[in-house]
Amino acid sequence: MSLDLASEPAEEGAGLSTRWMRLRQGVGDNLPVWGFVTLLLLIWQSADFVFGLPLYVLPPPTVILAKLISSWALLLDNAMVTLVEVLFGFGASVGIGIPLAILIVYSRIFERVAFPLMVSLQTIPKVALTPLLVMWLGYGLMPKITVAFLISFFPIVINSVIGLRSTEREMIFLARSLGASELTTFLKFRLPKALPSIFGGLKIGIGQAIVGATVGEFIAAERGLGYLQLISQVRLDTPLLFAAVVVLSGLGVILFKVVAIVEKLALPWAQLRLED
Amino acid sequence: MGLDHSAALLKTPAADVRGATISLQNVSKRYATLRGDPVLALDKVSLDIGAGEFVSIVGPSGCGKSTLMTLIAGLVSKTSGRILVDGLDVQGPIRGAGVVFQKDVLMEWRNVLRNVLLPVEVRGLEKASHLAKAQDLLRSVGLSGFEERYPAELSGGMRQRVSICRALVQNPALLLMDEPFGALDALTREQMATDLQKMWMRERSTVVFITHSIEEAVLLSDRVVVMSSRPGQIADILEIDMPRPRGAEARKDPRFVASVDAIRRHFMALGILSES
Repeated sequence: MSLDLASEPAEEGAGLSTRWMRLRQGVGDNLPVWGFVTLLLLIWQSADFVFGLPLYVLPPPTVILAKLISSWALLLDNAMVTLVEVLFGFGASVGIGIPLAILIVYSRIFERVAFPLMVSLQTIPKVALTPLLVMWLGYGLMPKITVAFLISFFPIVINSVIGLRSTEREMIFLARSLGASELTTFLKFRLPKALPSIFGGLKIGIGQAIVGATVGEFIAAERGLGYLQLISQVRLDTPLLFAAVVVLSGLGVILFKVVAIVEKLALPWAQLRLED
Repeated sequence: MGLDHSAALLKTPAADVRGATISLQNVSKRYATLRGDPVLALDKVSLDIGAGEFVSIVGPSGCGKSTLMTLIAGLVSKTSGRILVDGLDVQGPIRGAGVVFQKDVLMEWRNVLRNVLLPVEVRGLEKASHLAKAQDLLRSVGLSGFEERYPAELSGGMRQRVSICRALVQNPALLLMDEPFGALDALTREQMATDLQKMWMRERSTVVFITHSIEEAVLLSDRVVVMSSRPGQIADILEIDMPRPRGAEARKDPRFVASVDAIRRHFMALGILSES
């Protein structure tokens, strides 16, 4: 009936051939990247006899791979320790950060006092507090969890505050004209509106939590991937050092992916804009 | 909340007497500004709107016409004067008035149908009959088949249609529209005016329609209120005595041309439009 119906979104059942074409195109687009990575690995692999770099300076990828396989139990054991620290630290950031963001948005006192205070505290490099935390909290999990928490807390709070404040005036007007209570306005209007931004904060936060836990382990620990790195360094076991880095990166990728998948499940509508 | 005596009346208009009456008596609105000196947005505005009447308000930016709408809706408080809706003092948001803004403020996280049903959900209205009403409204604006789509998949015109359906789903006795077509391209805009007229002729609720477009106001309205700016005051009120539905032919009608011309002369006299 009207003009803009012509701009109807793309057909749903894209045929198999179309999908195949897209897949091929995807591989084609990534070809230069894979080529480059392969080239780098080849150069790295040959570094020891081309440039004469000793094994303890730069072990070739195959040696690192071999180490990953031979020491998998050790790596996994320590990865679990780090994972626990990350999850508790991140969990605390979410559990405290999001409610705090809600308080900041809804309460003048929190907005005026807590928010500026938090922003100024943010300028302290949290990592620098680690020795102090070790002094206070000992050698166990607590100081690592605390650093992971401190470092991932801020992006989660900031993003949540920004998200919760992003509700337009008109949307609040709409809610009020429907007689929505403050709670309904929060649950049906403000919170869903804020979720993409909150998830943005969670994605930054989870990576930061890994940094925090690892640094915590550098300072004082008896277990964990950071601790394993430190020990490998002392023993000049560079392949194990690299293997720990690989596992740490893998941990980061997996945790980030988990948050991204939860986001995708929780906000299917938010994907639509990205795909356009 | 000191609102809802008027809400009871607004809930379901009787079939014969559709639409709420509005009475503004010497209504003024003063806004505080950041710089300190308050701005008089509306200065002693008096206006009576009959049940089922379609009244447009045209005026330059800053003439207080949006303020007028939010005052009638009870979304902001007046500085002085009286505002009566259905004979009762407006002291808070009047529930059950349909509101449409220039921004469609659709909820990106809800599909089209659930967006339209939002008022039913928030106000706890009976579901089955309103579901039928929602589908009926969507059909009337050419959006049947789009119920499951998300707003991100729609064009600007389609989005605003959904937003109008959302306002109408609760059978409002009063429909308040603040430049609803202001963000649309000229062609879509013309189609939307036609659609709105069609819907209104079926619903016959009282409409307060705020616009920048003189032609749009004349085409749609029983009366056009011309406003001047700073302070916002009513400069003139024109009766548009033309049969409905008013289509493309109506735009050539001498009465249409004369009314448009009269309003344009007003704006010239006010110095808002000039020849040179």
